[in-house]
Amino acid sequence: MNVVNLFRIAWKALLRNKLRAFLTMLGIIIGVASVITMVAIGQGSKQSIRDQLSGMGSNMINIRPSSNVTVGGGARLGASSLQTLKVEDVDAIKEKVNFITAVSPGLQASGQAINGALNWPTTIQGVSPDYLPIIREWKIKEGLNFTEEDVKTMAKVCVIGQTIAENIFPGGQNPIGQTIRFGKIPLKVIGVLAEKGENTFGQDQDDIIIAPYTTVQKRILAVPYVQTIYASAVNEQSSDTATQEITVVLRKQHKLKASDEDDFTIRTQAELISTISSTSELLTVLLAAIAGISLVVGGIGIMNIMYVSVTERTKEIGLRMSIGARGIDILLQFLVEAILISITGGIIGVALGIASAELVHALLQWPILVSESSIILSFMVCAVTGVFFGYYPAQKASKLDPIEALRYE
Amino acid sequence: MANAILDIQHLKREFKMGSEIVRALKGVTFDVQPGEFITIMGSSGSGKTTLLNILGCLDQPTDGDYLLDGVNVKNLSRNELARLRNRKIGFVFQSYNLLARTSALENVELPLLYNSTISSHERKEKAIKALEAVKLADRMDHLPNQLSGGQQQRVAIARALVNEPVMILADEATGNLDTRTSYEIMSLIQDLNTQQGKTIVFVTHEPDIAAFSSRTVTLKDGRVVKDSKNENVKSAKEALESLPVNDDY
Ligand SMILES: Nc1ncnc2c1ncn2[C@@H]1O[C@H](COP(=O)(O)OP(=O)(O)OP(=O)(O)O)[C@@H](O)[C@H]1O
Ligand SMILES: [Mg+2]
Repeated sequence: MNVVNLFRIAWKALLRNKLRAFLTMLGIIIGVASVITMVAIGQGSKQSIRDQLSGMGSNMINIRPSSNVTVGGGARLGASSLQTLKVEDVDAIKEKVNFITAVSPGLQASGQAINGALNWPTTIQGVSPDYLPIIREWKIKEGLNFTEEDVKTMAKVCVIGQTIAENIFPGGQNPIGQTIRFGKIPLKVIGVLAEKGENTFGQDQDDIIIAPYTTVQKRILAVPYVQTIYASAVNEQSSDTATQEITVVLRKQHKLKASDEDDFTIRTQAELISTISSTSELLTVLLAAIAGISLVVGGIGIMNIMYVSVTERTKEIGLRMSIGARGIDILLQFLVEAILISITGGIIGVALGIASAELVHALLQWPILVSESSIILSFMVCAVTGVFFGYYPAQKASKLDPIEALRYE
Repeated sequence: MANAILDIQHLKREFKMGSEIVRALKGVTFDVQPGEFITIMGSSGSGKTTLLNILGCLDQPTDGDYLLDGVNVKNLSRNELARLRNRKIGFVFQSYNLLARTSALENVELPLLYNSTISSHERKEKAIKALEAVKLADRMDHLPNQLSGGQQQRVAIARALVNEPVMILADEATGNLDTRTSYEIMSLIQDLNTQQGKTIVFVTHEPDIAAFSSRTVTLKDGRVVKDSKNENVKSAKEALESLPVNDDY
């Protein structure tokens, strides 16, 4: 018997009992729909976290001082009181580390940004000119970035974030060329940053003033050290290599002995991303597993109905055999019926799953991501379910004796 | 006889019912020539259905030989038997056995679905021709429950014919029908025998049905008690015409 006939026979048999076919399908439909929806929600949240983190510069490497000596009763000094990182370290990293594209010192100070009568409490960040375009991949909306020359001369210039611009230059005034004060230091605004919004932790990234690090270090903080060193790896994959190289360079700079612990810590954005995404990955797997269970339950539903169906249609099976159906024809007929139920259920389930994921997105504003792989996977699981749970009833049917089947009442 | 289409030798069939053994056939021997129309008679429980099921390759004898067209069916596999049923035998049941909720046409097409040498176009053509032969072409799309008993049996006959079998086996095919309808069915069967040369084995209770065949084998208690040629074969068509017209009251 050819395949087309097989599907025709099975399809007609299902149509003869539409309601039951549909109810049998329901288990599969719900199973598949929940797999698709759950995975869409899991993947969606993972993707949105990833996007936000990448927005902070996915290749960024962050170096901070840390204590390698214990004082007194084992307590370590807090990082803020540590002054081990120097501008010379930045230069050494720039010179010797291969896998980075840019490196910048970082110094932060809090204070009031003042424009005439208006003021706004904020943070100033002192960095090198590479910080904005390379390390943070942050565009300047209007005006210009400061230059190496400004760093050398400790120029009193700054680039301000969107939030600052809105608060101390209200009503659409152009901040470029104006002079503001940060505490007592007057700074000329030479650029306004593009808007970045909140980061993953809910902080407003636009509430910041960026200035040459020398300006912040010497004029505002008056300290000889730097608080942070920012670097940017060539790409996400080379973060680890860059980290290793930086470690070697800094240990040498700080003249640490082999037995000494590092007096700095290095954090990479890539590391953070993978930590957070692996958490949401786990969530996705968990959701998918719960949904998968309902798919198995749906499969058992198919098996149950197929068994009932074989018993109920014993006479039909006997008749088909009496007019020339072989065991294999009967087996395939019931198998194809089971597969048709599961695949039709699968198609409806995929549609329903996508629809309900979209609904969740529309109603709750949750990020969703319907991945092709989840569709293909649940579809394949469906087909396998059909074959697996349909096989035994089908085999039972094919083993019937034609005469006994015909005599069955 | 060497060229017999059916040749059965000392055929026995026993059923085990727990510790008891029911002997339905106790050694039946006869043969049927191609183109013969024989009826098998006998009282209830004499083994007629059991014998016909064996002839139709639906059941296997416990002992003895059955040669169909010279082939001993004992040596055939389940699949080869299925193929024989599909290509050489047309079976007509007392209870019609049509598939419910399936149109007359699709019921007739059924045996051809299990014959992969036939295209879907041919299948439909042949099924329509078979329905025309039983004068039901106008009821093609009717479901079994929309047909009378006689019409359902004609659909079943069309289904038995559609694969162009060499012989037709009928088990009390007129058992559920009134006299007029029975005669209509018999005239159809006679035409198949005389015009198309089909071999026919027809199980019946009724002597007036047996009169339409050329030979009658009578069973009793699983044995052949009588095997007689019918010199004076009645025509079912004439019998039908001579029935009193009783549909005008
Ligand atoms: N599957 C079976 N199991 C047990 N006994 C059976 C079986 N089939 C038939 N028999 C027995 O074999 C004997 C012959 O039965 P069979 O059906 O061949 O009779 P029949 O001549 O067709 O009768 P009827 O005219 O009533 O249809 C009966 O005694 C019956 O009880
Ligand atoms: Mg009988």
